[in-house]
Amino acid sequence: MQAYQRMLDPTPNGLHSGESPLLQTAGLTKRYGNFLANDSIDIDIWPKEIHALLGENGAGKSTLVKAIYGLIQPSAGEIRWHGDRIVLSGPSEARSRGIGMVFQHFSLFDNLTVAENVALGLDGKESFKDMSARLEQVSKTYGLPLDPRREVWQLSVGERQRIEIVRALMQDPKFLILDEPTAVLTPQEADQLFIVLERLKAEGRAILYISHKLEEVKRLCDTATILRGGKKIQTCNPRLETAASLARMMVGGEIKEVKAAAGRQTTIPRLVVNDLSLPPDEAHGVRLEHISFELKGGEILGIAGVAGNGQDELFAALSGERLSKDPGTVVIEGIAAGHLSITKRRKLGAAFVPEERLGHGTAPRMKLSENALLTGHAASGMVNHGFIDTAATLKTVDKATETFDVRKAKRDPEAASLSGGNLQKFIVGREILRNPAVLVVSQPTWGVDAGAAAVIRQALLDLATAGAAVLVTSQDLDELAEIADRIAVMFHGHLSEPLATRDATREKLGLLMGGSSLEPKEAAHAVGA
Amino acid sequence: MQLVLEKRAERSNTIALISPLIAIGLTIVTMTILFAILGKNPLLALQAYFIAPLTDGYSLQEIAVKATPLVMIAIGLSLCYLANAWNIGAEGQFLIGAVAGSWIAVKTQGTDAGVWVLPAMLVLAAAAGALYALIPAICKVKFGASEILTSLMLVYVADLLLDYLVRGPWRDPNGFNFPTTAEFDPVATVPLLIEGGRLHLGSIIALLVVAAAAVLLGRTIKGFEIRVVGAAPRAARFGGFNSNQLILLTFAISGALAGLAGIIEVAGPVGHLQPGISPGYGFTAIIVAFLGRLNPIGILIAGLFLALTFIGGEQAQIAMKIPLDVTKVFQGILLFYVLACDSLILYRFKLVFPNRQVARGAG
Repeated sequence: MQAYQRMLDPTPNGLHSGESPLLQTAGLTKRYGNFLANDSIDIDIWPKEIHALLGENGAGKSTLVKAIYGLIQPSAGEIRWHGDRIVLSGPSEARSRGIGMVFQHFSLFDNLTVAENVALGLDGKESFKDMSARLEQVSKTYGLPLDPRREVWQLSVGERQRIEIVRALMQDPKFLILDEPTAVLTPQEADQLFIVLERLKAEGRAILYISHKLEEVKRLCDTATILRGGKKIQTCNPRLETAASLARMMVGGEIKEVKAAAGRQTTIPRLVVNDLSLPPDEAHGVRLEHISFELKGGEILGIAGVAGNGQDELFAALSGERLSKDPGTVVIEGIAAGHLSITKRRKLGAAFVPEERLGHGTAPRMKLSENALLTGHAASGMVNHGFIDTAATLKTVDKATETFDVRKAKRDPEAASLSGGNLQKFIVGREILRNPAVLVVSQPTWGVDAGAAAVIRQALLDLATAGAAVLVTSQDLDELAEIADRIAVMFHGHLSEPLATRDATREKLGLLMGGSSLEPKEAAHAVGA
Repeated sequence: MQLVLEKRAERSNTIALISPLIAIGLTIVTMTILFAILGKNPLLALQAYFIAPLTDGYSLQEIAVKATPLVMIAIGLSLCYLANAWNIGAEGQFLIGAVAGSWIAVKTQGTDAGVWVLPAMLVLAAAAGALYALIPAICKVKFGASEILTSLMLVYVADLLLDYLVRGPWRDPNGFNFPTTAEFDPVATVPLLIEGGRLHLGSIIALLVVAAAAVLLGRTIKGFEIRVVGAAPRAARFGGFNSNQLILLTFAISGALAGLAGIIEVAGPVGHLQPGISPGYGFTAIIVAFLGRLNPIGILIAGLFLALTFIGGEQAQIAMKIPLDVTKVFQGILLFYVLACDSLILYRFKLVFPNRQVARGAG
């Protein structure tokens, strides 16, 4: 009964009768070839509303907001602004009408200052000095502290996002689109962002908030529109829903629970890192500072942290894509491997899954069998006297397909033709099928649909149960809480002491992610020494 | 109504096969217009270019002779290009190979040196070509110098070295001051396959090179490394493949094949060392490599086709007084169309009709 009423009333709080919405899409459709990215979507956004746009990767969220922001032209349907139909020629027209957007991936120049970056994004004719003054004014008013004179490369990811938000606010938008803004923030930084958003709402602005973090949406948003496969599934009041019911609408079914085997035994240390320090290999890279940890068989260690704090550098140092002069810094299966190439480390029983699926984990335009060979040539019997055993590479593809439910159009397609989730299942499967003693995996479920994410997490747990040591780097704290036994945090190239997962509260992790120490005593000791 | 390029989900193998044919078709259309502008009968000109050389035995042999260096060089270049290493200096490596091999021929001239002379010449030429190609490769790996520029510049160095030698120390004393060495001894000459014909052993070597490259690229891990380094450098590093090592390797192979082609040309059809031994084989081979889709079998076919344009160009010059430079124009236009048509492998044309509502709104 309740659900029925919700479906009848697209504005669940029922406050807007008689007025016209600030922004409306009617039958908005975007077609790419035969693919319908958006299929006749109706959405109403009212002033003083934080409206969540929920959906899995590929549900059509990005396409919808790109159309609203004028980046793409809809194939059919229309956009209404204050009730009048508008055709946007591009983002600058959207901005001049009062539509602002903060992208998930920042478009900032590292070597320019904050003020210079903001100036580049504005269309106005005011002088640089006036603009800088206004920038400070806006950032102060909204509690988004920024020093206009600092260069972007010196700033944290949270601060960079502030630049993007302030840049959008300086145009005084009536309607602001935020694309997964908390993906790169610590829990504390996210809380601060919510205060700013509440304030913008109180000023009468509307916000379209893209996210897949359901608890966050329940807390912040007044309305939620759920997309799935390019179609609008429902508009509802997220506060009346549970996270599980929202997830069901997003996925269109139940998600399998990930289950850890009870009482996993830990064995010998299989991956040991001793005082690993490495200078950055590119400008504005992160220096790794005295990283040490020990990982036993049967154990999953999670590494949390905001992106860009040295996780990529650590992955390169562990995998052997970057070598260390001191062999003892990385010990795999009891053998000093800091100076060994990635191929030799694989032969010691290590396997690696990088964050970037296309172009790093796989060669996008090569077949899956060739991508099986990419990491399997070292130790999987795929090469005899320099000649490739094609049958063996195809067998790996078939086995990964079967074991990890990789869905694809034919037996051996190009890597780039698979969806993100299926390709990730293939990559993780390719490594797990080699029965590694040590698996180092970075962002295992980044941008992967919920079903595939559950399969991958389960596979990691099963691998640890079978006795392997698993190191998982992730920005998703829920993911780490679900699978890791211990969690350490990376900040500015330092790795914190690992916490047992049951002790690792969001608050504690958040503090570590922001660079604070949990034990003030230790800092005092350091000063004294 | 609008024509747009739309990305395909997967590369189209059909287009990959027919794109060179489309390119050849478009080139012929363009050449027809060009012949008409030159005031020649396009049909007769095309007949002279493409049909006449295929109708007599001498021309057919000559096509194979011309295709031999083109194919050998293009095979080497294709390895470089697959690995994303841009060797533009095959012409220089060809000349250096010719010079190095000729050194043995000149020094053993008139002596009783045995059958070892020709094999030694081939080996030395290949080694010299490889070393010469390694200069830009090492500069690239060590100092990050653009191999495109350095390899190209070394072409002129090789050209001038050859010029100096045949005008100076190696000039035939009985040659009436022509800039040429003496005719090589029989032991320093590539044997003919048909007595009194033109076809020589080099063509067999070229076929062996094609077969070896097909095996290397299709069946071996080294060939796979070369392909991955070019297609996805970061994935190649993740796979444990050393891109610098592969740049050196592909340049060395490419230089060796060009050098080998050089000495075969000199010790075969030409018979002595002189300036102008190459009508630009090293550059034309770039077109052959791309027209052949960087695929060994494709390169064999493309090499024969471009050899046809050389022979056809000569016939057209004799029969219709069409300038020989038109052959180069033809080859240039062909490369242009090949590269343009390649975009159809990853993209397709699509007609887009703006939606009715926008049209109504605009009207």
